[in-house]
This record gives sequence, structure tokens and C-alpha cells, in this order.
Amino acid sequence: MNPRIVIIGGGTAGTITANRLSRVYGDDAAITVIDRDDRHVYQPGLLFLPFGLVDPNRLVRSRQAQLRAGINFRLGEVQRIDTEAERVMLAGGEEIPYDVLVIATGATLLPGETQGLTGPGWQERVFTFYTLEGATALRDALRGFDGGRLVINTVDMPIKCPVAPLEFSFLADWHFRERGIRDRVQIEYVTSLDGAFTKAVCNRELSGLLAGKDITVTTEFNTGEVDGTGGRLVSWDDREVNFDLLVTIPLHGGGEVIGSVPGLGDEIGFVRADRSTLQSSLSPNVFAIGDAADVPASKAGSVAHFEGETLVSNIQRFLRGEELEGSFDGHTNCFIETGFGRALLIDFNYETEPVPGLFPEPHIGPLRLLRESRLNHLGKLAFEWIYWNLLLPGRPLPGISDQMQLAGKQLNLLSTK
Amino acid sequence: MTTTTPLGSPIELDPEGFFLRPEQWDETMAEPIARENGIGALTERHWQVINFMRHSYLTTGSAPSIRTLGKASGVPVKELYQLFPKGPAKLAAKIAGIPKPRGCI
Repeated sequence: MNPRIVIIGGGTAGTITANRLSRVYGDDAAITVIDRDDRHVYQPGLLFLPFGLVDPNRLVRSRQAQLRAGINFRLGEVQRIDTEAERVMLAGGEEIPYDVLVIATGATLLPGETQGLTGPGWQERVFTFYTLEGATALRDALRGFDGGRLVINTVDMPIKCPVAPLEFSFLADWHFRERGIRDRVQIEYVTSLDGAFTKAVCNRELSGLLAGKDITVTTEFNTGEVDGTGGRLVSWDDREVNFDLLVTIPLHGGGEVIGSVPGLGDEIGFVRADRSTLQSSLSPNVFAIGDAADVPASKAGSVAHFEGETLVSNIQRFLRGEELEGSFDGHTNCFIETGFGRALLIDFNYETEPVPGLFPEPHIGPLRLLRESRLNHLGKLAFEWIYWNLLLPGRPLPGISDQMQLAGKQLNLLSTK
Repeated sequence: MTTTTPLGSPIELDPEGFFLRPEQWDETMAEPIARENGIGALTERHWQVINFMRHSYLTTGSAPSIRTLGKASGVPVKELYQLFPKGPAKLAAKIAGIPKPRGCI
């Protein structure tokens, strides 16, 4: 009998997985993707939406339409996973049996977990751009914002696209300068981390950019409460930051269904998985990919792309009864938009932090790592086409390998360990 | 950076004073580290967090965040800040003899 492979989640990671599997197996496997809706949002576009740089309708397409012919797309709410009986239970009682289960449920925003965050002021002076609705509402609020204190707050890690709050800060600076009111707006970036970024070389570069753009950074601020009426962020150790407009990046958690299986996920609902093979530590025929996995890599689309090859090859190995291959190295690749039509590019993995260099071809580029350039910005814009036409279909990206390459990188900048 | 305990066994610390090798830690080291970091006597509640921290690190390979501590250690976040002022996750990790927690990026 053909193997039954069930994928929960039709977002970036689930779609990549399904399409890659379909290409490998053709008709020799029954591939099912389950999602609760048919709206696939191009999430990198949410960053540009508040500044009126992209139309919200352009960011949404059908999930099903991104899947290759032959893949079975099911609309439904997964209520429970039974790893013993190897079945997924949908709301309404239907059961879907699997030989291999892939969990690609992504990350869920949990604004309600921070006291006061969704209370008075929510969607009036407190917004997030991490949803289509939030980013659209923020766009309208920014249009009417003529001066005051704009605060960008990352409540706690992990979050999707950890550089997005910084990019938002850079773009806000640009936006207000274009409008000629930058001198009337104070921008403050408030983070739970002990720096703008956790990796040393990159932190230096980004801190310099923030200072140059007159953006204040407040670190090690663990938000305990948001007072939307009084315009105050209050930390657990009783520090306060005042705001007129708050852009929050709320707490993230894993899919609710992860909690239905004891031992499957960590305390905040991300699937415990091997960081190199992506196999769940609970059940050998369960795998996790993308934001849903608790591996110590960024929650970013590029990670899901680079994980895709490892995951599909390991599913094949598992079904053939072979040993798995620990080939995922934590490879991450992100453009960081810095405003004024420029961007940085970073490329790193579990072992090697982002450093300057040339990418993807050593000594040639044409993209420069960890340095602002016009070309990096154009790369970021081109990524939208790449996302729908190469990344989601599960095709390789030209010139970019799944494993991070050391060639072309200035590794001498890294302190010896 | 390597330092030597009063009893003479060498321990390896990072520049900020976090243990690089958790196996070099034992319970008698907790009180002196806590004192150096401005915490008086360690109570049963402190130990609940320290033990959870160590257990988590040794079983999962990474130190829990404040949020995870608040959800799973049995000590709510507000109290964590009373027990370990400023940064509970970092301070408890230091006292528990495990490497510095890294915000995953």
C-alpha cells in the first residue's frame, strides 16, 4: 500500500513539504494537507503594509492553489493527534490515519497572555503588524499620527522573523522623515533581549544603524503589563516606558493541538524535535518543520525552505527503514530592510553567526552580507516572486545551497571560542 | 576563563561568570554565587527554581526562558523577579551552574 503522509498546516513549511514530497513520490504516496482555512498570507509583506507600500489584497492567495496536482487538501480543524493509533482527529469526528505525520502548524500569536495588551486601547493606540488585520489597522493609525512617542516592543522570544521589529523601526524612521515630521516623533525599540540582536557582530552593525537613525534602544525589558489607557508599558521589575502609539510583537506559542499529546511539545507548544533530523522526540513517525519545531533556529521562511530537503529525505529514509540523516545545520538567510531603499542581508547557521562577506558566490556576490545596499533591497522585493514561484513549489533557489557555505564570509571577525 | 574554587577544583566560566561545564557545579557552590550576585540566603523557593533550571538544561540542552519558568517551574513570574531581581532566567542559570541562556534567533 502507498504510504499515507499527513501534513498539518498549509503555510510556508507545510506547502514546501507537500510539494517536495509530491515531486519525489508522484502517485506512490497519498499526501494530505489539512488547514483550517484557505488563505495563505505572504507574511514578509506585512512589514511593508503599515507604511502603505503594499496593498493587503495582494498578500493573500489560496492555500490549495499552491499545492501540486494530486495533493489532497482538506479544510478542517485538527482537534487531537493520537500518536499511538497514528490518527489525526478533526472537529466533527472524522479521523485521518497516517503512516508519517508532519506537523507544520507554525506559530500562533498570544496577545491575550500579556496583561492589558488586548484591553482598552487595543487596535486604537496598540497594534501589531504580525497579522493582516493588525497591519492594515496600523496603516490607518500611522496615517493619522502626527507626532509623539512610537514604541516598538518585542514581549519575549521566540517570535517569527526576529529581525522584523528592527526593520519596522528603520522603516518608521524613513516614513516620518519622508513626511517631514521626524523631529516630532520619538522612536524607541524595547526588547526582552540584552541587545538589538543576540549575535555579537550583527548586533554591533544593527546597533550602529539604530543610533544613526536616532532610534532609542531599551534592553532586558520583560513586559509584564500594558496600560493602553495611560500609554504605559510596565516590566516585571517595575520599569516603565511611555508611548503614544505602541507596536507590539506579542508572545508566540505553538499550535493548540500540540498540547493534546503529552510529551509532544515543550511548555509553550512547539514540537520537541531533533535539530538536525527534524524527527519528533516522542514518536519516530512524527516530524516537525518550520515555526512549529522547537529547534534553536530562527522562525523564518528561509529556515523552512532549507529544512525541506532534510525533512523529505528523512521521510523517505524512515519509510524505507533506514537510519535518518542529520543534515539540517540551522541555515537561515534574511534580508533586513533598513529604509531609504536599502537593506542588509544575513546568512548564518547553528554554528556560525552572521558576518560580512559576499553572497551567494564567494568573491563575486553580487549581494553583500551585513552591509547596507540598494541591491539587497531589490533582493528583498524580488523575494515575493521567488516565494510564490520557487520556494513554495519546493524548488531549489538558484545558487543557494541548503547547507550554509563558509566561503565568502569574513570569519576572522568571529572571536575564537 | 578558568577559575579555582576554595576546595581546589578548577571550573570553567564564561566572561560573565556562567558555567561552561555544568558537571563542574555542585550544590555547595550555589550560596557563594548567589551572594556574589546580591542575593542573601537561598530559600526553598530559590531552590525550586534552581533545580528546575538545571533539570531542564540537562534534559533538553537549553536553559528555559522566564516565560517557561513562569509556566512550568511552579513559581509565578512576579515571584521570580522577587527571588532573583533584575533577570531571573540569567541569575538562576548562573547560580544553577549552567551556560548563559540564549534568546534563540
